[in-house]
Amino acid sequence: MSAQGSVIFKERENQIHRKGDGAFEMDCNRDSLAGAVSQRACVFCGSRVVLYPIADALHLVHGPIGCAAYTWDIRGALSSGPALHRLSFSTDLQEMDIIFGAEEKLYRALIELIDRHNPKAAFVYSTCIVGIIGDDLEAVCRRVAAEKKIPVLPVQSEGIKGNKREGYSAACKAMFRLVGTGDTSDISDLSVNILGDFNLAGELWIIRDYFKKMGVQTVANITGDGRVEDIKRAHGAALNLVQCSGSTIELAKMMKESFGVPFLRVSYFGVEDMAQALYEVAGFFKDKDPEIVERTRELVREELSVLYPELQKYRKDLCGKKAAIYVGGAFKAFSLVKAFRLIGMKVVMVGSQTGTEEDYRDLHEITDEGTIIVDDSNPLELSSFLKEKDCDIFVGGVKERPIAYKLGVGFCDHNHERKQPLEGFVGMLNFAREVHSSVMSPVWRFVPRRKEKA
Amino acid sequence: MERSNYVSTTNACKLCKPLGACLAFKGIEGAVPMLHGSQGCATYMRRYIISHFREPMDIASSSLGEKHAVYGGGPNLKQGLRNIMTKYGARLIGVATTCLTETIGDDVPMIVKEFKKEMGESGLHDLPALVTVSTPSYSGTHMEGFHAAVRAVVEQVSSNEDSAHILNLLPGFLSPEDLRYLKEITDDFWYPSVILPDFSMTLDGPALTDCEKIPGGGTPIEDIRRMGGATATFEFGSTLADFNSAGKFLRDRFGVPLHQMGIPIGLRETDVFFDALERLSGTACPEKYVLEKGRLIDSYVDAHKYLFGKRAVVYGEEDLVVGLTSFLSEVGITPVLCATGGKSGHFKTAIERVTEGIAPPAAGPEGSSAVQPPAVYEGMDFQQIEELALQLSPDLLIGHSKGYPLSKKLGIPLIRVGFPIHDRFGAQRILHVGYRGTQSLLDLIVNSILEAHQDDSPVGYAYM
Repeated sequence: MSAQGSVIFKERENQIHRKGDGAFEMDCNRDSLAGAVSQRACVFCGSRVVLYPIADALHLVHGPIGCAAYTWDIRGALSSGPALHRLSFSTDLQEMDIIFGAEEKLYRALIELIDRHNPKAAFVYSTCIVGIIGDDLEAVCRRVAAEKKIPVLPVQSEGIKGNKREGYSAACKAMFRLVGTGDTSDISDLSVNILGDFNLAGELWIIRDYFKKMGVQTVANITGDGRVEDIKRAHGAALNLVQCSGSTIELAKMMKESFGVPFLRVSYFGVEDMAQALYEVAGFFKDKDPEIVERTRELVREELSVLYPELQKYRKDLCGKKAAIYVGGAFKAFSLVKAFRLIGMKVVMVGSQTGTEEDYRDLHEITDEGTIIVDDSNPLELSSFLKEKDCDIFVGGVKERPIAYKLGVGFCDHNHERKQPLEGFVGMLNFAREVHSSVMSPVWRFVPRRKEKA
Repeated sequence: MERSNYVSTTNACKLCKPLGACLAFKGIEGAVPMLHGSQGCATYMRRYIISHFREPMDIASSSLGEKHAVYGGGPNLKQGLRNIMTKYGARLIGVATTCLTETIGDDVPMIVKEFKKEMGESGLHDLPALVTVSTPSYSGTHMEGFHAAVRAVVEQVSSNEDSAHILNLLPGFLSPEDLRYLKEITDDFWYPSVILPDFSMTLDGPALTDCEKIPGGGTPIEDIRRMGGATATFEFGSTLADFNSAGKFLRDRFGVPLHQMGIPIGLRETDVFFDALERLSGTACPEKYVLEKGRLIDSYVDAHKYLFGKRAVVYGEEDLVVGLTSFLSEVGITPVLCATGGKSGHFKTAIERVTEGIAPPAAGPEGSSAVQPPAVYEGMDFQQIEELALQLSPDLLIGHSKGYPLSKKLGIPLIRVGFPIHDRFGAQRILHVGYRGTQSLLDLIVNSILEAHQDDSPVGYAYM
C-alpha cells in the first residue's frame, strides 16, 4: 500500500502549531506515538545524560549489553582529572539472569569494579528489564555501600517508566542522596552551584571563569566535570544556577526545600542570555558585595568589545537566512532563537523532544508569524518542515543531521557530541562561525534541491 | 596466554541483538524496521547506526510504557504497524522484539496474525509483508540478531513455486561498498543473484531533492520470494555451524544446495568464493578478477618485508575477525590475539583453520622464535582485550573504532574496519572483501606501518 498524503499523524496534530493559525494551544508531554519514529529516547537515557559527567564515580548499567554499549563515551563531557565516566560498565544480563534474577551478579560486579577503580561513589542504573524481573537495586546498593564505605546509589531509570523527563528526575533523586553529607566550612558567602551544565567541550570551565572574575566561588559542578565530594557539600552554596529546563530543576527544588538554597534559572547560550545570567547573579549578591555589579559590567563590556566586531562579519553573510531548530530541551531553543536573531537570521521552525506547555507558549511569544512550533517530532515531519520552509540551516543532534544533509540543508550540531564550546560569549562566536561555515559552504549549489531551483 | 574472567563487563566488544535485526531489515526494498519495546531502544540504535553510515536510519518503535508492560504490548504494536503502513507506505515491516517484550511474554507472531485478520475484516487486504523475529537482547550479540532476521525474512517470505536460475548470496554484515562489489562480481559472472540483505543503497544513497520516507534500493521482495527455487545459496560465515541460518532453512525446506564459506578476505578465502562461482556458473573467472588477484599477489610480494613478524591484535565480529586473520597470516603478519564479544563456540576452530600451517612463528618481545598460535577468545570485552594486548606488545590493532582508546594507550596504529566506525569518514565505503577489498586493506595496513615508522624516526625519511 502507498503512503497517504500528509506526513502528519492525526494523533499528533495538536502537537504542532503554526504561529498565526488561531489561538495558541499545544499538547505536549504525551507518550510518543507508536510507529511514529520519535526522536526521543527513554528514562534511562535521561538519567544517564545527567549523571554521566560525574567523573570520579562508577556508572554501572544493570541490564543487557545494549544500554551500556550505546552510551559508551558518547558525550563530550570533559573532565579536568579522573575520567572514570568515559568507561562503559554493564552487568550484561543473560537469559539465566532474567530467569533467576541478577541481584547476586550485580553485587559481585559492583564489588569487582569498586575494587578495581576505587571510585568516590557508584551509580547503579536500572533498565527496562530490571524493572520487570524485579531485582531489588536498593538492597544490593545498601549492602555494597556498607561493605565498601562509599555511597552506592540506585538510579531508578527503567526505560519504560516514561520519557527522558522521568530519567532526569531519577537522576536528581540519586544525586540528592549525596547532597548534605559533605563539609561546607570553607565556602564563601558569594558562592554558587552550576546545575544543568555538562561541560561539553569545556563549556562549564568558561562559565566558572566568568564567576571567578566576578568574585563568586563555584562549589559544585552539576554535573559537568563533576566530583562526588563537591556534590556532597553543594548545600553550602548560597545560590543554585539552573540551566537546561528539565534536567536538574528537580534537584534545585529539593535543595531549596531541604536546605533553603534559592535557585535562578539561567542560560549561557547567546549574548543576551549569557549577560543576563551574570547580571542576575551579580544582583543576587550585591547586598553582600556592592562592587560585584560593576565588576560584572566590566566583564561583559570587555567580552562584548571583542565579540561584536567579529560577529558583524558573520552577520553580513547570514542576514535573512532561515533556520530550523529541533533540540532535546526547550530552554536551549529559546536561547537559539535569540542567538539566530543576533546574527540576522530568521527562525522558521522550532521544536523540542520534551518541552512543557509553558515552554511552547513562551516560544510562541518570541517567534515570528508563520513559525512552526512542534513537540516530539519525527523524521517525516522534520523533513517536510525543512523543505516547506526552505531552510538554510537546521540545528539539532546526531539523529537530525542526516535529515538535513540528505535534503541538502546546512547543519549545526548543538547536542552533547559537539567538540567546540557554544556557551558563553566565546561560544556565541563559535556558534556564528559554525553556522556560517555550514550555510556559506559552496557544496549546496551542487545538491539537487538547489539545482532544481536554479 | 590466559585471560582474566570478570563478572562485570567493561567497554563491550559487541552490541545487542535487535540492532543487528534492524540492519538486516534495512537491506530490503521498501522495508521499515520496527522494534517492539521501549522507545529508547530504537532511538539509541538509530543514533549508533547513523553515526557510522551518516545516513537517515528510521527505526519505528511500539513505544511501550509501564502500563503496557503489565497489560501486554499488543495494542501498541498493532497501532505502530498501522501507522507505519499509512505514513511510510512500507512494503515490508520487520518487527524485532527486545528484552522487554520477550520477558513480558508478548507473542508477537500471534499479535501480527490477529492484526492481519483485523485488517482483512476491515477490508484492507493489500498489507505489507510482516516479518517477525525474536531478538531478546540478553542472548547473543548483534550478529545473531542479524542472521536471525535474515532467516526470518526467507522463512516468512520465500517460496519455491518457481525454480529460478539464481544464486542466493547471504553475505552477513558487510559494508555498502562490499555489497556493491559482490553484485559486480556476480554480474560479471553473468549469474543472476539475490543478495540478502542489500543496504548498499539504503544506507549509502545519493543526495536527494526529498528525504524519501523509505530510501530506494534494497533486496526486492519479489526476489526474496524466489529464493526458495534458487540454484544454490552461498552463505558467508565460518562460525555459523550451530546457527539456524537462512541458508540452512533454504536447504532444509526447499532443497537449495548450501555452500557456507568464510567472508572472502585474503587470497585463500576469496579463492574459495571465486572457485565456487566458477563451478556454479560454468564460467571461467573473468579476466578482470584474474588481474585483480595477480596484482594482489604482486603487492603481497612488494609489501612482505614491511609486514613480516608484525604483531596484530584483531577484534570484533567473529566472522570478520576470521577473515581478517586469514588475510594477515598470508602476508606474514602474526595475529597475536583474536578476540570477539560473540560466543558461537566455533571461533577458535575457525581461526585455527585459517592460520594452521601458514602463520609464521611469532617472535616474542625478547626475540624468541617459538611458534605461538594466536590467543583466541570468545566473549571478550575491551578490559580483557587490553589486559592481554598490554602483555603481547602488538604493532597494530585491527577492528572497529571502539578500539581507539587502546590504540592511543599503546601508541600503535588502529586499522579501522567493520562496524562501528564513529571517528573516521567514509565507513560505508570501506571495501573489505574480494581481491580488491584485500588489496585496499593491504595498502591501508602497509601505509599505517610506514607512517608509524616515519613518525617514530628523527631522520625524516622521504623514501620508505
